[in-house]
Amino acid sequence: MKRKLVLVGNGMAGVRTLEELLKLAPDMYDITVFGAEPYGNYNRILLSPVLAGEKTVDDIMLNDLRWYADNGITLHTGKTVEQINRARREVVATDGTTASYDCLLLATGSNPFIIPVPGHQLPGVITFRDIHDVNFMLDAAKTHKSAVVIGGGLLGLEAAYGLQKLGMDVTVVHLLDTLMERQLDKPSADLLRRSLEGRGLKFLMQAQTESILGDDHVTAVRFKDGSEIPADLVVMAVGIRPNFALAKQAGLHCERGIVVNDTMQTYDPRIYAVGECVQHRGIAYGLVAPLFEQGKVCANHLAHLGYARYEGSVTSTKLKVTGIDLFSAGDFNGDATSEDIIYKDPGAGIYKKLVIKDNRITGAVLYGDTIDGSWYFDLMRNETDISDIREDLLFGQSHLGDSGHGEDRIAAMADSAEICGCNGVCKGTIVNAITANGLFTLEDVRAHTKASASCGSCTGLVEQLLASTLGSDYSQTPKKKSMCGCTDFTHDEVRKAITDNGLKTIPVATEFLEWRTPDGCHQCRPALNFYLLCAWPGEYQDDSRSRFINERVHANIQKDGTYSVVPRIWGGVTNPAELRAIADVAEKYNVPTVKITGGQRIDLLGVKKEDLPKMWGDLSKAGFVSGHAYGKSLRTVKTCVGSEWCRFGTQDSTTMGIKMERMTWGSWTPHKFKMAVSGCPRNCAEATIKDLGVVAVDSGWELHVGGNGGVKVRATDLLCKVETMEQVLEYTAAFMQLYREEARYLDRTAPWIERVGLSYVKQRIVEDAAGRMQLAGRFHESQKTAQVDPWAERAEGIDRDEFMPMKKVG
Amino acid sequence: MTDWFEIGAMTDIPRLGSRVVRTALGDIAVFRTATDKVFALTDKCPHKGGPLSQGIVYGERVACPLHNWVIQLDTGEAVAPDKGCAHRYPVKVEDGKVFLKLRGTVVNIADYAAAAQA
Ligand SMILES: Cc1cc2nc3c(=O)[nH]c(=O)nc-3n(C[C@H](O)[C@H](O)[C@H](O)COP(=O)(O)OP(=O)(O)OC[C@H]3O[C@@H](n4cnc5c(N)ncnc54)[C@H](O)[C@@H]3O)c2cc1C
Ligand code: HEM
Ligand code: SF4
Ligand code: SF4
Ligand code: FES
Repeated sequence: MKRKLVLVGNGMAGVRTLEELLKLAPDMYDITVFGAEPYGNYNRILLSPVLAGEKTVDDIMLNDLRWYADNGITLHTGKTVEQINRARREVVATDGTTASYDCLLLATGSNPFIIPVPGHQLPGVITFRDIHDVNFMLDAAKTHKSAVVIGGGLLGLEAAYGLQKLGMDVTVVHLLDTLMERQLDKPSADLLRRSLEGRGLKFLMQAQTESILGDDHVTAVRFKDGSEIPADLVVMAVGIRPNFALAKQAGLHCERGIVVNDTMQTYDPRIYAVGECVQHRGIAYGLVAPLFEQGKVCANHLAHLGYARYEGSVTSTKLKVTGIDLFSAGDFNGDATSEDIIYKDPGAGIYKKLVIKDNRITGAVLYGDTIDGSWYFDLMRNETDISDIREDLLFGQSHLGDSGHGEDRIAAMADSAEICGCNGVCKGTIVNAITANGLFTLEDVRAHTKASASCGSCTGLVEQLLASTLGSDYSQTPKKKSMCGCTDFTHDEVRKAITDNGLKTIPVATEFLEWRTPDGCHQCRPALNFYLLCAWPGEYQDDSRSRFINERVHANIQKDGTYSVVPRIWGGVTNPAELRAIADVAEKYNVPTVKITGGQRIDLLGVKKEDLPKMWGDLSKAGFVSGHAYGKSLRTVKTCVGSEWCRFGTQDSTTMGIKMERMTWGSWTPHKFKMAVSGCPRNCAEATIKDLGVVAVDSGWELHVGGNGGVKVRATDLLCKVETMEQVLEYTAAFMQLYREEARYLDRTAPWIERVGLSYVKQRIVEDAAGRMQLAGRFHESQKTAQVDPWAERAEGIDRDEFMPMKKVG
Repeated sequence: MTDWFEIGAMTDIPRLGSRVVRTALGDIAVFRTATDKVFALTDKCPHKGGPLSQGIVYGERVACPLHNWVIQLDTGEAVAPDKGCAHRYPVKVEDGKVFLKLRGTVVNIADYAAAAQA
């Protein structure tokens, strides 16, 4: 028989837990839900835009009544549970409805706090928590003129903004001299206040409410100093209190909220609790992101999987007032041991402050320009050492390496502005998808709109849109990010487990790490394949089934299903015989397009899959090997003509490039890896936008790392200068090996170096000579088995089936 | 004439992989899962026609190589939130041999008959 699960509290945290549970174990429980409100589950966060008339109640429904029916869930709307009988394992609602449980989930949210001043019960005094409150305010605005909002925090300001848009005359009353003091410091709060005043809101700061006046309806608010302001609507938005009365009455241990452990269980292990009503490790959260993480863990435990634990969240906030960009995270006030970096441009309405402690960001407040909020937040969560980028930090991520990303002030962008250039998705489409489909995370947006799903350079913009639409980006809070949906382990944890435990095949690794899926997915399998290949060179048998098609068939698939063939041309130097051989092959196989690539070689486009092995055979006979133009691997080494011909040349860059390419070809890397060598600082080979760029100078060679071209150009950082060609080779091998061993799969060198810090790379490659030699040694070791030409092998018959139809019919 | 075509041995298809059967009406992708279940779909992704046979197979799903739509092998349906369906062909395995049923699934029988005779 199915077990019985009862949920009390039909809100965001509780229902999210049910959704997660249904994904993991759809048939395990008979589920009954009690909700005090007369609706399905709606997106409480979006009540503010409903109040502001920017959305309707229908727009913000997350789970309508159909959803409950479709999933076989019994829903009691409008019924408040007033008693839990733990001995009989039964809950009782005020109308007498009962339900018995094997497991009980409490998600009763919180109650708005009401200051018990005289007059607080008068008609016309309201809080801001649910649909009822919003409807009340919408009605009030039709007949009344002046409103007072008590509380200048997030909620109060959103209420004030909404009421003002409805045409009311609004005064915000705040006890302190800083608005949103839990998210902002004084300078940013002042900017915010000025901007809101510019929109017509009035503020009364440092004012303590003494009483609310009126006979049968409110008429005014009086303060301690004796002053009064008239009001026909008073909104109390002074904070929330976790709602744990029911739990307490049932004898569960409560402090500031219902106390739960890391698996979201209360002191009675049959009773779980999630959401704003709980207190976990001393903290009660008031934002959705942590609640969703709690829901995930709770569902996991309810499904008897038992591997997930909730370890707390780091949160960040945004204010959802249209046109105001504001971001806050962490300890933004700092203390005696921290220092602040501040950027101020009051004329432009911009203020940025980062709090730094031990070279790590511990807090951030951004006002006016928040595009880098998610980047700072990432640096903060990853505890990245920022000493290398400190001078440029406040100018933002795009300033590193001097990029031009174009528009970056998301609030100022038109709905028709294109956000994702790869998939042609514009701002309006994303915002609509977020609200219409109830999306919360970057992954959700990627899945629904394809925005940011390709090259990812617009990720920051999409995160901004999520944040400005919902008040936070919910994919951000987990302290660690798992590799994919198949596991909760991070890339780094998986790699460590592979080497520490001698895991040598994908099935062994996924079994050891308790993967949730039998054979992984298209995200984790290629990553695992690379990690194993890197950890056990020569020993690991490459799993072609875990390679993307291009790497499996050693050619790039084109949009019409044909392939391109790019033979390696060492250092971009060729000769008539080679050119003739390429020309012959192109004619023999009717290659429709022959193109010179930006990597200084020749691309034969439009080749049929069946022709590939024969064509490679011919190229192989002429001395060519694969150019790996298709792989997460060494691509090209671009060179200039250098001192051999050029009047400016200081060194023989061409020979250097050829040596580098001969040494490194065939190696697999976390993402594509490109190199270039220029013969003098004029840098004709564009070495400073490569993963590793070498620039010759009179006295030797400069090594530059971490550059890339593309959507978001990033120039390299100087690693060091060396004197001889042998040294260039040694450092190159060591750098590539460090990248191979420590970057996450699909990280190019730039984001990897930004994460670990250039100092770290310098320490490993430049300062630690013995370590460098070991890295280079491991690189050469792995090259012994990697430098086998995949084309020649296939021309000789390996994987023949891959290229032939199984059967032709007709 | 029988409806079922023998297309080869199951072991001709790699586990977690796919092979193509070329017909006059277009390519058909025949998949084999880790547990030796066999499925057949038209080799055209419902998104923009990507060759599904070239995707990464896991569970009873394949990820299209062009833009990573995930297609359910048993139904041909795209996994939500994407919407679309790849045509499905009946397959069966007997004595280690794979049979594909083309007739009845072909829209234009005349085309098909002409193709079969050619
Ligand atoms: C106007 C507004 C704006 C917000 N903006 C943001 C934002 O920008 N970003 C952000 O992250 N968060 C925001 N929040 C906070 C966010 O909405 C809450 O953190 C979240 O909804 C809490 O989820 P929950 O499930 O714990 O509680 P709730 O969603 O409140 O759900 C609890 C439900 O349980 C019901 N209930 C309680 N007791 C009982 C009982 N005994 N029997 C039956 N039913 C019961 C309640 O009626 C309620 O429906 C905002 C909140 C409001 C009100
Ligand atoms: C960001 C995502 C990128 C994608 C999706 C991408 C995609 C591709 C593809 C599909 C090809 C192969 C074309 C073929 O089949 O012949 C290619 C080739 C190439 N790309 Fe990109 N590219 C990207 C970024 C870049 C960047 C940043 C640069 C350089 C600044 C670049 C430079 C090249 C060059 C030089 C080639 C020719 C390949 C060779 O000679 O090996 N690409 N790219
Ligand atoms: S980089 Fe210097 S050496 Fe190379 S071609 Fe340009 S000017 Fe000549
Ligand atoms: S080759 Fe590169 S730049 Fe050109 S269309 Fe393809 S991805 Fe875009
Ligand atoms: S063609 Fe298959 S995902 Fe685009």
